[in-house]
Amino acid sequence: MSWFQKLMPSRIRTEGGNRSRSVPEGLWTKCESCSAVLYRPELERSMEVCPKCGYHMRIYARRRLEWFLDANSGREIGAGVEPVDTLKFRDTRKYKDRLGQAAKTTGEKDALVVMRGALKGMPLVAAAFEYRFIGGSMGSVVGERFVRGVNTALEERAPMVCFAASGGARMQEALLSLMQMAKTSAALSRLSDAGLPFISVLTDPTTGGVSASLGMLGDINVAEPGALIGFAGPRVIEQTVRETLPEGFQRSEFLLDHGAVDMIVDRREMRDRMARVIAMMTQRPSPEVKRLA
Amino acid sequence: MDLNFLDFERPIAELEAKIDELRYVGNDNDLNISEEIQRLQTKSQQLTEQIFASLSAWQISQLARHPQRPYTLDYIEGIFSEFEELHGDRAFADDAAIVGGVARLNGRPVMVIGHQKGRDTKEKLKRNFGMPRPEGYRKAKRLMEMAERFKMPVLTFIDTPGAYPGVGAEERGQSEAIARNLAVMSKLRVPVLCTVIGEGGSGGALAIGVGDRLLMLDYSTYAVISPEGCASILWKSAERASDAAEAMGITAKRLYALGLVDEIVPEPLGGAHRDYQAMFENLRDRLVEHLDAVGALSNEALLDERYRRLMAFGSFRE
Repeated sequence: MSWFQKLMPSRIRTEGGNRSRSVPEGLWTKCESCSAVLYRPELERSMEVCPKCGYHMRIYARRRLEWFLDANSGREIGAGVEPVDTLKFRDTRKYKDRLGQAAKTTGEKDALVVMRGALKGMPLVAAAFEYRFIGGSMGSVVGERFVRGVNTALEERAPMVCFAASGGARMQEALLSLMQMAKTSAALSRLSDAGLPFISVLTDPTTGGVSASLGMLGDINVAEPGALIGFAGPRVIEQTVRETLPEGFQRSEFLLDHGAVDMIVDRREMRDRMARVIAMMTQRPSPEVKRLA
Repeated sequence: MDLNFLDFERPIAELEAKIDELRYVGNDNDLNISEEIQRLQTKSQQLTEQIFASLSAWQISQLARHPQRPYTLDYIEGIFSEFEELHGDRAFADDAAIVGGVARLNGRPVMVIGHQKGRDTKEKLKRNFGMPRPEGYRKAKRLMEMAERFKMPVLTFIDTPGAYPGVGAEERGQSEAIARNLAVMSKLRVPVLCTVIGEGGSGGALAIGVGDRLLMLDYSTYAVISPEGCASILWKSAERASDAAEAMGITAKRLYALGLVDEIVPEPLGGAHRDYQAMFENLRDRLVEHLDAVGALSNEALLDERYRRLMAFGSFRE
């Protein structure tokens, strides 16, 4: 690297390759946190983490799993489980229409993607919430797919990792969605009884029924930096206590300080650190050592 | 205006007031008006039957929050004997929004746990309007685990607007406290009967609501979010609460039809608050019967049955 290149700030430094992957929004994007102008292919390489300020952007569920699992190891579980509008719910729009719209914008049938796959050669089950699908809300399909993931983990005696990103239970499925909290938690207690690790990774944002069930039930709770994590949303709390909330309230760092999460892990290190932890919890040799051998 | 009557109960209230007036007059005079009183009383009863035969979801949710409705401690007093309240989560505080303790049901030792609201302003504040903080849920968990050790069935009474959304509650892990209870209750090795006696407010209700049976009183409600909350998010206006109540199907009848509730416990005419004693008797009978049924199961069968029940929740296609 020449002295001139070294001087150049990382955000405008570019490397070749990967340009074939076309990005519809254009080649340049702006960091929501520090406003730095970022070159898209480079942002992709840093897993949608701003190379300038470390801000973790929200990412799609499939991309998340693709980045987390070993290349081409993922096989989807419960993809055929699809939503129905049992209550014929209608607010300003029909729930059916909301489902259709969400499916169109995300390409998903519901808000959770579950896969069996491998992490540095270790078989596991990984799930990720799709926040763009009705706020990543948990309804019957999310609950059922999650439980099928747990069942696969039980059958294959594999650990489970879940990346949460959700506003909570899905209002349009009313009490059916509330019961998914009980359903997923009950399944996780079977996993726990079987001595299989569950790692819950909380990403921005995780609130309501998802945080108050599977989200907080990890043997290890992990948070991505700066994520909003809590039971009630900050607006509801503000309306209740009638005061402005302190800076950083309900952010990952706040949760770490208050003992709710074990660690905060940068997305770019997620694979390495989760592999290390899971290897220890499942009595396997260190994945790093294995790689050297 | 009598604050103890809801809007739709107003015609009944007016008739009752007239009856009282006549009684007063009757004491002063020799006039024989007992016939008239009798006539009005019949009319009042018919009117009540008529009004209560076609209540909307929103009216039922107002009944569920009726200020004179029996609360958990009333049911404990009316249904159980030898109640000894047990306090505290052993870690931080005693949350008065959840009460619990040992008691006897028909002579059988049980653990009773429930949300508790207050009657007057002072008690309402003390009970935090029945909205528990994490220490409330942790107290409940402590008592449930104790019940398991001493082979006592657990009976819970649900009546809360929801878990408290406050700064301290978040700092002390409201989410974790609720989540932990769900996991613990799903594998508690004693029978667990849950009854919604008033408002079943979302996760704050479910946190003491996972068990072998879910009963709902006729005019209680159970929902993922309050009608007002749902309306302000989906309709952008809390005024549309009655629409939200309708859409979410929060009533016992609707939830029974969906298969989420095992039984609806009938209330006396005009609601539980019109006749405490009759309500207690109705509920006691139902609880004893369900307890006999689940109590007859072996531990393993009990847990398998409960797990199957939980896994069956949900509606999807494939």
